[in-house]
Amino acid sequence: MKNQQTKQNQIKKEPLLRLVKRDALSAKKIILIYAIAIVVSLLLSSVICSLFSSKNPLDFFASLFNGALGSSRRIWLLLQDTALLLGVAVALVPAFKMKFWNLGGNGQILVGCLAAVSCMFYLGGKLPDPLLILLMTVASIVAGAVWGVLPAIFKALFGTNESLFTLMLNYIATGLVSMFITIWVKSGSGVLEPIKFGNFPNLFGNKHLLTVLVFLILAVMMYIYLKYTKHGYEIAVVGDSPNTAKYIGIDVRKVIIRTMVISGALAGIVGLFLAGGIHHTISTASANNMGFTAIMATWLAAFNPLIMIGTCFFIIFISRGMVEVRGNFGFTNDSIANIVIGLVYFCVIACSFFITYHVVFRQGSAKNVKTDEKKGDK
Amino acid sequence: MSKKILSLVLVLVMLCSVACTFSSCGGANKDIKAALICLHGDSSTYDKNFIDAFKQACANKGLSEENYTIITDIPEGTECYDKAADFADNGYDVVFADSFGHEAYMIQAAKEFPKVQFCHATGTKAHTEGLANYQNAFASIYEGRYLAGVAAGLKLVELYGDAEGKVSDENAKIGYVGAHPYAEVVSGYTSFYLGAKSVVPNATMEVRYTGSWYDETAEKTTAEALINAGCKLISQHADSMGAPTACENANVPNVAYNGATGKNTFVIASRIDWVPYFEYMLDCVMKGEDIAADWTGTLANGAVKITALGNAAAAGTQEKLDAVAAKLKDGSLKVFDCATFTVNGANLTEYLADVDDAGDFVPETNVIKTENGVTFFDESANRSAPYFDIRIDGITEVKG
Repeated sequence: MKNQQTKQNQIKKEPLLRLVKRDALSAKKIILIYAIAIVVSLLLSSVICSLFSSKNPLDFFASLFNGALGSSRRIWLLLQDTALLLGVAVALVPAFKMKFWNLGGNGQILVGCLAAVSCMFYLGGKLPDPLLILLMTVASIVAGAVWGVLPAIFKALFGTNESLFTLMLNYIATGLVSMFITIWVKSGSGVLEPIKFGNFPNLFGNKHLLTVLVFLILAVMMYIYLKYTKHGYEIAVVGDSPNTAKYIGIDVRKVIIRTMVISGALAGIVGLFLAGGIHHTISTASANNMGFTAIMATWLAAFNPLIMIGTCFFIIFISRGMVEVRGNFGFTNDSIANIVIGLVYFCVIACSFFITYHVVFRQGSAKNVKTDEKKGDK
Repeated sequence: MSKKILSLVLVLVMLCSVACTFSSCGGANKDIKAALICLHGDSSTYDKNFIDAFKQACANKGLSEENYTIITDIPEGTECYDKAADFADNGYDVVFADSFGHEAYMIQAAKEFPKVQFCHATGTKAHTEGLANYQNAFASIYEGRYLAGVAAGLKLVELYGDAEGKVSDENAKIGYVGAHPYAEVVSGYTSFYLGAKSVVPNATMEVRYTGSWYDETAEKTTAEALINAGCKLISQHADSMGAPTACENANVPNVAYNGATGKNTFVIASRIDWVPYFEYMLDCVMKGEDIAADWTGTLANGAVKITALGNAAAAGTQEKLDAVAAKLKDGSLKVFDCATFTVNGANLTEYLADVDDAGDFVPETNVIKTENGVTFFDESANRSAPYFDIRIDGITEVKG
């Protein structure tokens, strides 16, 4: 009797739903699942957008693709924005691989940008442009690296929480930018006009190509760095288990600090391109929140810099496409566009979850559950 | 299940597309195409004012929805050029941008697309840039601010005035939430203050800045700080509902900008009505005529407006405002009459303003004039965007 009761209790204790890790699915299957998720989310989005306007779902798709790919200008902007986001993702990925949650991408980009714009503002016209650009490059890299290494030093030496630390440094960076704009712009308008000096040259007559090439090359280099170098191996071990790393003689502090110097410096390079290649000025919004958007790009790509090229392209494709949808559908704020973008992200992230796990419902006996598990694994 | 949802969605898509293909068969009035670029969306009172006016003007001029586009949330960076150039690529005839920081990028686009008209609100460079297809527009909103200031003064008298209508120094303190310490804001708060001072001669004002045109949290906390500092009435030149909300919570009267706030503490708002300019702009483009390089809206031409009075307005405000507005219209009253204010204890007789914005911040134009025996600061006469950037006595600026 007593035995029976405990048995019953055991059955009762088993939750209604539980998650079981799947065996790895084939790449083909994964891509197919993602593709379906994206298509479904876009179909849903098209219906939502149509509900709020006089347009129809086909217009939605036409606008979305037209906005992203409709002219050579749009295609180049799509590539340029993809490259910039990729640059930030490349900056974040070594830190994330080390399980160092660098939420300070925005700040690291901003200080890099600020350092470059400072050179342009103070030295523009006084130095020849090639020398100025060289100085801007050095300044941006150093500034970004400093902004990245500060939280790393505190984490390595005092065990401070890096998420909060990097996050707070974003606000300090924004404050610094505000402060310098106030000093530079005597009229008080808060708008620093584009500076003519230290602008990056066009490559083969194209003003976007340089940005695209640089960040593509950096992505490939990061892939090699993480996969094939000793540093990359150390990062992976520190990320998996700092104790193992210590045991096999890796200097964990050194790895944390070194990796964040790289991470910050790379974010600084994105700032450099914003200053020298794109805006030729700075505002508190210059980072365009890429420090956060890129987090998703890295996660969706499972921290693989080559796959990140695809995830960044996808994110920018949707966001640039939605600008056109907003205009054509007569939406006079970006709320609905944000809902759509959120919905697409949600579907994609949800399916990445179900690629890793599957849900098992409670069955009558443990035996049944087991067979179900096997089914799910297929 | 997922198959079912998918098929449902697909059916919906098909249905809608069929329905809409038929509905869009009607002939469109394809005369010209116009575009509006906004810094923020319609949650910003400033941008909403442009969006509503643009729709109104396009409707008045017979442009179908297919022929005009409004695009919001375009930052003050290269994105503005990209978007303006994109409109030009797509056959738009006129593109208007609404934020000060858009100017450099509109000029860049104007140089590249000489056949397309680029117009810009609040900018300073059109009159010196010499481009046939780049124009600035603004309004003498200081007239509207002055009227709003009069309403504010009357409110202070109603709340705190003694039998003779006098208000104690302590109760005559006004607070003002400004975006940036820039001429556009300084001109606005000074005219507002002078309006209030014309009713409450001992009025003083404290100005604090948020450092942003749109930051709801900062605007709210700044308004709260001003109320805590003893300000009995709040006005603002920043674009969110932050300050009106703070006033509503503290039950302090609020004088708004860009439009009515719908709050109980709302007294009145001044605003620029952009319909007259947009209509003029569209007319010019339709007829192929030049648009004025620097257009200034006024009370007289209907571009400067004050809203209907709010619940919190004092009795008798409308009559007083009508009388003052009539004087402003016929020119017998000047907002920046140098006899009504002092700078460091002295009346102004001469002042150089940075009217020609060469980027050097060096003032070059004397803007003090005397007409019919009245010496005044001649705002918005040399260019549409305000250039009154003098800090006058009675107003304290708290920076940071």
